[in-house]
Amino acid sequence: MGTPTSNSGRLSGRWFGYAVLVLFAIISLGPMWIAVKTALSDSRTLFTGASSLLPQDPTLFNFERVMGLVNPSDPRLQQTSFAKIDFYRALANSVIFTLLAVVPQIACSAMAAYAFARLRFTGRRLIFFLFLCVTMIPGVVLIIPNFILIKDLGWLNTFQGMAAPYALMTPFAVFFLRQMFLSTPRELEESARIDGANYLSIFFRVVLPIHRSALATLTILSVLNAWNEFFWPFVVGRAENVRVMAVAINAFRSQQAGGVPDWSGLMGCTVLGIIPVAILLLLFGRKVVEAFQYTGYR
Amino acid sequence: MIVRVSSDLASPQTSPSVAAQRRSFFRSLLYRESFCAWIFIAPALAGFSIFYLLPTIRAVYFSFTDWNLLRAPVFNAGANYIKLWNDPNFWTSMKITLLYVLYNIPIQTVIGLLLAVLLARVGGSIVLRSIILAPYLIANVIAAIIWFWMLDPLLGFGNAMLQWVGLGRIAFFTDRELALPTIAAVNIWRHMGLVALLFYTGIQTIPKDIYEAARVEGAGHWKSFIRITLPLLRPTFVFVLVTSIIGSFQVFDTIAVTTLGGPGFSTRTIVWYTYQEGFVSFRMGYASAMSCALFLCLAIVTVVQMRILRAGQSELG
Repeated sequence: MGTPTSNSGRLSGRWFGYAVLVLFAIISLGPMWIAVKTALSDSRTLFTGASSLLPQDPTLFNFERVMGLVNPSDPRLQQTSFAKIDFYRALANSVIFTLLAVVPQIACSAMAAYAFARLRFTGRRLIFFLFLCVTMIPGVVLIIPNFILIKDLGWLNTFQGMAAPYALMTPFAVFFLRQMFLSTPRELEESARIDGANYLSIFFRVVLPIHRSALATLTILSVLNAWNEFFWPFVVGRAENVRVMAVAINAFRSQQAGGVPDWSGLMGCTVLGIIPVAILLLLFGRKVVEAFQYTGYR
Repeated sequence: MIVRVSSDLASPQTSPSVAAQRRSFFRSLLYRESFCAWIFIAPALAGFSIFYLLPTIRAVYFSFTDWNLLRAPVFNAGANYIKLWNDPNFWTSMKITLLYVLYNIPIQTVIGLLLAVLLARVGGSIVLRSIILAPYLIANVIAAIIWFWMLDPLLGFGNAMLQWVGLGRIAFFTDRELALPTIAAVNIWRHMGLVALLFYTGIQTIPKDIYEAARVEGAGHWKSFIRITLPLLRPTFVFVLVTSIIGSFQVFDTIAVTTLGGPGFSTRTIVWYTYQEGFVSFRMGYASAMSCALFLCLAIVTVVQMRILRAGQSELG
């Protein structure tokens, strides 16, 4: 036990620690709140309310406008710029792109990871070494040849073109799952083999169910990556009918480069873009945080 | 028993049909380890070859050609690399990128480490950790646009605050001197929580009795941080620094949303310049050469870092 003075010193240190953490929590969430505030504000109050923490004349008009729920003859539309974004379209596109990229990616990566972790075959070490090398290659090196490939296939501005590079594997998914498969004892698989199960049914009936949690973690990481991806969809999927939210928001902003940007509309759009991520965090907070903590723990 | 077996043999099924034979052949394949391994690996290997391995080879090939997408690529030996070497814009972009990394990494790492230590000390509730991670979960594009709005000279909340405390309004994104540090700041804001979490996880793996022993020896908080925490966090440092430096060299999204390489060319980083050359001017060969040069730089930086940080060694043996 420490003396009373050192105890109170430790206590005040604790409060200081809390204070700094709360400050950083405010720094983290503050800008997002300002975006929410702006999205809820009438665009005419932006100047007078610039320093306010709460929306002036709160309204849902910006959200309705961005989602295309406002009657085109509504007089309030006259005050806003002409830049438009079909938010529903962009949201649906993001969902389609994410599903197409992530679902087959997890399945194929899991199969490959199992082979790398457990099965013996000639060339295993060479292929795995090649996989490892590839993680070193910066994305910008791959983006030009991959763009050319997608263009030559005639897949520009299609969902299959946008999702293809992610759909069959990502090096991270394979490494992550291989590590997971390696870290569990093989007894269950062995006993299933003795019971006469073949490799396919061992994988589907034994290995996958055991590693449900790891698969969920990887799914969260992959979904967030795909959902937030910008450079690649920006290069191959710029057409309005396929463009994902990040690309659409960027387009919305660059449409109004000349005049005063339509900030309240833009923030309405931005907030709607954050909501899916916020829901994910609220539903699976612990899982998400632990997933990211794990990424460094290899 | 014996009777049953013999009756089976006597049944008309003794000579199986061709279809059944084939089926049993496939079934037996599923018990062959190497056959199954190749089945399992085939889709991922296809994806790897098509979207990683071949593109890498093609990128190197393109970098030795002159190609504007309209005509077939023309082999021009090392002309792109000679042009690159003599291109002042390339060197300026390299300098800007390096400067960006220097603004970004030290501050991000120090803040992350500070937050991690504090989280470890006060218990790091899941709510606090989620909040600090939140900026990393939103897209780069969204983070950039929120800060673009926050720092708008006329209407932004940040600038209103600056005026309120008596400093004038500052045009962060449109000032030649400030644009690059501002973009670095946005990136720090987005990544500090992730870095904090990674360090926090690293700290959790340090055995508590080491601290206890140090306390008995009379070491204070600061001393045990310097002597225990920092050295034992070296594997985490390697991971955090290698990945964040590689990522930082490739900054693109924030620039695409906010400054578009400007004002002037003050934020034309190497990836933005590559994008401009390749996808705006359609000089695919030259852009490929530039991307390969970046690859080379990153490889060198990574190797040097691994050496300096003596990766792979751990005090915890």
